[in-house]
Formats: sequence, structure tokens, C-alpha cells
Amino acid sequence: MSVITTIEEESRKNLSTAKFQSERKIIQSAAVPVELENIDTDQIIPARFLKATTREGFGKNLFRDWRYENDDENKPVQNFPLNNKIYSGKILVAGKNFGCGSSREHAAWAIKDYGFDAVVSSFFADIFKNNALNNFLLPVQVSDAFLEKIFNAVKKDPATALEINLEEQYIKIVPTGEQENFEINNYKKTCLLNGYDDIDYLLSMKHEIETYEAVRN
Amino acid sequence: MGKTLFEKIWEKHVVKQIEGGPSVLYIDKHFIHEVTSPQAFAGLEKRGLPVFRPQQVVATADHNVPTLNQHLPIREELSRKQVEKLKENCAKFGIELYGLGHPYQGIVHIIGPELGVTQPGMTIVCGDSHTSTHGAFGTIAFGIGTSEVEMVLATQCLMQSKPKLMRINVEGTLNKGVVSKDIILYIISKISASGATGYAVEYAGSAIRNLSMEARMTICNMSIEMGARCGMIAPDEITFNYVKDRKFAPHGEDWDKALAYWKTLYSDADAKFDTELNIKAEDIEPMITYGTNPGMGIGITGRVPALTEISAEDKPSYEKSLHYMGIEPGAAMKGKKVDYVFIGSCTNARIEDLRMVAGFVKGKQKAKDVEVWVVPGSKQVEKQAIEEGINKIFEEAGFMLRQPGCSACLGMNEDKIPAGKYCISTSNRNFEGRQGPNARTFLASPLTAAAAAITGEVSDIRELIND
Ligand code: SF4
Repeated sequence: MSVITTIEEESRKNLSTAKFQSERKIIQSAAVPVELENIDTDQIIPARFLKATTREGFGKNLFRDWRYENDDENKPVQNFPLNNKIYSGKILVAGKNFGCGSSREHAAWAIKDYGFDAVVSSFFADIFKNNALNNFLLPVQVSDAFLEKIFNAVKKDPATALEINLEEQYIKIVPTGEQENFEINNYKKTCLLNGYDDIDYLLSMKHEIETYEAVRN
Repeated sequence: MGKTLFEKIWEKHVVKQIEGGPSVLYIDKHFIHEVTSPQAFAGLEKRGLPVFRPQQVVATADHNVPTLNQHLPIREELSRKQVEKLKENCAKFGIELYGLGHPYQGIVHIIGPELGVTQPGMTIVCGDSHTSTHGAFGTIAFGIGTSEVEMVLATQCLMQSKPKLMRINVEGTLNKGVVSKDIILYIISKISASGATGYAVEYAGSAIRNLSMEARMTICNMSIEMGARCGMIAPDEITFNYVKDRKFAPHGEDWDKALAYWKTLYSDADAKFDTELNIKAEDIEPMITYGTNPGMGIGITGRVPALTEISAEDKPSYEKSLHYMGIEPGAAMKGKKVDYVFIGSCTNARIEDLRMVAGFVKGKQKAKDVEVWVVPGSKQVEKQAIEEGINKIFEEAGFMLRQPGCSACLGMNEDKIPAGKYCISTSNRNFEGRQGPNARTFLASPLTAAAAAITGEVSDIRELIND
């Protein structure tokens, strides 16, 4: 059993890295709906799994306490969407105020490591949003009404594909063609599209930072 | 037009404004701890970078540490490794570490203010969401993720978009038995766990001005529980007196210079906020939470909302939450039995909190079936509690005074509340599993927690104290 899980997890990971380049622009995939509000980072990755000193391997504990009964991997909670075989894909859809609570970046690592490339919600907590963006996990904020449309479409047909176009900033329910635009600041968009991260930019500014320090003191 | 406190500090720290994007913000002080820093150091090593300004970084071990027998090696292997990794990284990169065994060790948000590292007008970050605590001194202080920890270690800067601004005015006099924790639980219950997302919040008004520094920290600490980027209070004489003569506070001429600047840190009369909220102190009762986010709170005499009061859209989450808590919609909270009492965390483990609890329990006994843990926020708090004889009062009452750390606030060490048990806690989060898998948390003030310790159930402190 555990061997199968490992292989599955490996292939899922390979899949997501292989397609990563093109997916920066367009993600088209079925979605996994977790229709709950205020999902906090303690649920996404419970504190007892934060003891690692590397960034890898958090995916297997994503939503750990909602996924398994009494922390037992042999007892998956059947109706939890991650365990429900009818749902699959690289897009996680969740209720409003997703990612509230602790600043642990491990939450973004866990979602990404599990194989998601985007999270859709009608509202994101600030720190989570930054953490997601710093890990090339795209947070897509939609209206409450559009979120409900997505939930309904996915519940009716779990194979429903969603299309997220970062370049043109829209998300579409493919079979119905309904779509909505989402916001992302230009700077972050450029970073995501080109694979830059903030630290490269900041390092390139060392001189300006030193000048700032000198003038201020 | 005038400026807000936030704008005054923010503008002084902008190194560069990127067109149509975030600002490059300079960070004065950076706190780190064992859980959210190892991957950041690993990142630096991979890039072959030093820590840019190691003297602006302060480290401590708090999340993982045991709260008994701290002189022994940490039993749990992964926790021990993480704490050792911090030590190793601090030594390698030249960072001051107040680790286990050090007289300054403690919860990161308790030791910063206590040592005078936290000072008005600063920008402060830490890989921890409750960094908002430091805002009580009139600082811009916020939690960051590990990638951002790496950025600050490497450059002392962060890319940040300016948040919207909200002011919450609390005017009037607090009722008997009501303390600062009740103010913030009340505010969050009114505006919800996401009500301030995207905002920097300034707390103002006579009820806030009258609070001590430690009480103000409790309020700013929980700003994140309504989603706020940070919380802040304009510094005043109370702030200056608190900071003066602390270890890392400026001295002599430097003090005079700093003080002159700090006195300019307030929101101008004509400053504009995007949102403003007015609260009457008289309306606030001792508070208690019943659900699984800090917005699910009510006055101690109130009732848990009935299903008819919840919108259709919110119902699934609401029912899941009450089911987890084992609480009926419409139920009263008063009289609910508790199994554990946890007095600790960066919200309420300062010396004033311990004094407040001791003042009430002196000469009383804990209820028979209740286990009571008091976990001081730092070695210095612990030392002071012992000097003042507070440890004796706790001992006589049957409370257990443990050693400093985050402890049962997040149950990363061995201090966990068993599944299904009820804990009344002075910490800041009642999320599912926060205090241990399937543990059930009621958030309350130190006084309300102490009342439950004595009676064994959720109680109205006002009925147990005289004026
Ligand atoms: S006491 Fe709790 S909230 Fe505070 S830093 Fe520790 S774990 Fe976080």
C-alpha cells in the first residue's frame, strides 16, 4: 500500500515539474473542491509536521487531520475531497479566507508538493498569499458568486476543467465558457511568468540599500 | 493633509518604490526562531551569501522546547535537531542566540520588548504571524514566510505592498473583570477572522491609552487573528517609560535623540484612514470563544448562535466547527466543564498576566479534575515570578509552573491537550488541532482562565471578585 502511494506521489510530482514552464502561463486542469471557509494553515499542515529543516516532503501531510482518522494513514476519511477518487487535478478550490493563521510557509510548500499549481478562493489571508507567490503557487482570487459557480460545476461533474490564464489574468470554467478576471500586481506577474524571485531583485539592489543605510544614520 | 502613524514609519523605510508594484522596505530588526529559519539559512548557503546585517538579527528557541527539565537534552529527536540547527546556523552566520539555558531565552515576541530590542518607529519582522505584538510600541511589525526570512537575512529588505489603513477606537472605561484580552476578542468577534485582511490596524481611544504596555501587546498580538497585516498603537509616556533603561534601549544622548523622534510618532488629527471603527468599552464583557476560529467569540453570559442566525453559505463551516467542539448551537458557555487550563503564550505570559492570575487565585484551590499549566513567556518572567513569590501562590493553588516556551499554544513540543478534552487557554488560536489532535480550545483572558481553574467550568469572573 505504502509503495503504491509513493509511486503515485512521485509521478504526480514529476508531472507537475515537467509541465511547470508552460503552466506558468496557462493551467488547465480539473479541480479538487474543499468547500470550507477560514481554512487555516494549522489545517493545511499541522504544527507537528513543521520539524523538518528542508522544504521537501510536506505534501504527504497536507490536510493531515482532515484526511485521516486518528492520524492513521490506513484510515482515510472517505468523504474528504483529497481522498475521494472522483476528484483530481492541479487546482485546489476552497472557501473564503483561505490560509489564515500562522505564517508557516510550510503550508504553501505542502500544497505545491502535493501537486497543486493554483489555489482558487474568494479571499486569501495576506501572509499565505505572499508565501504562495514566493513558491510559484498561484493564488487566484475570484468573487463569491464565481466561486459558487465553480463549486457547483465541479460537484456536478468532477471532471470539469478550469483554465487559469496568468498572462491574461482570467479563470474560466471550460465546459460552460463562464469566466472572470483576477488581479495580480504587475511586478509579481512578471516574476511568475519569468521564474524570477524577489531575492534576486533585492540582491541586485545591494548598493542602493547600503546608500539608504548611510543616509539614514 | 496629515499623515497616519503607519505612513510616517513606512515612508521612512522605503528604499525604493517599484512602479506599479511593491516597495522595497528596509527592516530594522529581524527576530528568528528554530521552526521557520532553517530553510532560509539553507537558501543562503546555496547561494553562497552571508547574513547582510547579523547585528540586526536576534534569535531564540521557543516553539519546540520542552517546558520541564530544560537542562536535559531535548528528548524528541526532530525537535532537538531543529533547535541544534538554529544554534549551528547562528554560530556560522554570527547571530546572537538566546537559546535554551540562556537567561534571556523565551517566546520571541516576549523577549524582544523585554530586552528593549523593540523600540518605537522601527520596522520589525519575524517568521511568525504574531510579530504584530511589537506594534504596541508604535512599530510596523509583521509576520513573514521563510522565503522572506531568507530575503531579510540576505539584504535586510523585503518587497511589500502598502496595506490599507484601519483605525479602531475604543473609548470609555472597562467594566470590572474585563481586561485587554477581552477587548481584542470582542473586536475580532465583531469584525470576524478576516475582517481586517489587507489592513494595517491602529488601535486608539481612551480605553487603549489607559492600558499598560503589556496589556497593549496582548491587543496588537491578536491583530493577525482578524487578518490584519499588523496592529499598532502610538507610543506615549507609558511606552517611553517601559523602554527606558532596558538592556538594548538607547542610553544617554542617544536616548534623548530617539525620544525626540518617537514623540513625533502619532496619527495627525487630519490623517485619513480607509476604514474607521468605534467601540464603546462599556459594551465589552469578559469574552470566551466557542468555535474553531478566534472570531467565534461571545460575552461570557451570551449564547452560541443558533443555526437560524447563520447564513446558508456559512452553515457547513459553522456546523463542522461546533461538531468538532462538541457544542450545541444556541448553548450557553457559562457552566461548561473544562479539563485543562493553559496560561501562557505570546498573548498572555508576561509578568503582569502572571500577577493578575496570582492576585485572583491567592489562597484558593484549583478544582479537583482540572489540570492547570502556567508557562511563563521567558526566563526573565519566570525569574521575576519566583522573586515575587508568585510561584508559591501557584503551588498552593495546585497550579503547575513550567519553564518558558510556546508550549500548549501550538503543541509542537510534548505539551499537548489530549483528544476530546476541553482547554481554556490564554493563547490566541482555537483552530482544530491547534493544541493537539482533536483538542478543544476556549480562548479567554488570564482572569477568565483562572476563574475556570478554580471552579472547573467556564465562569463569570465578575461573580468571583469584589471591587
Ligand atoms: S506562543 Fe504561540 S502564537 Fe506565540 S509565537 Fe509561540 S506558537 Fe506562536
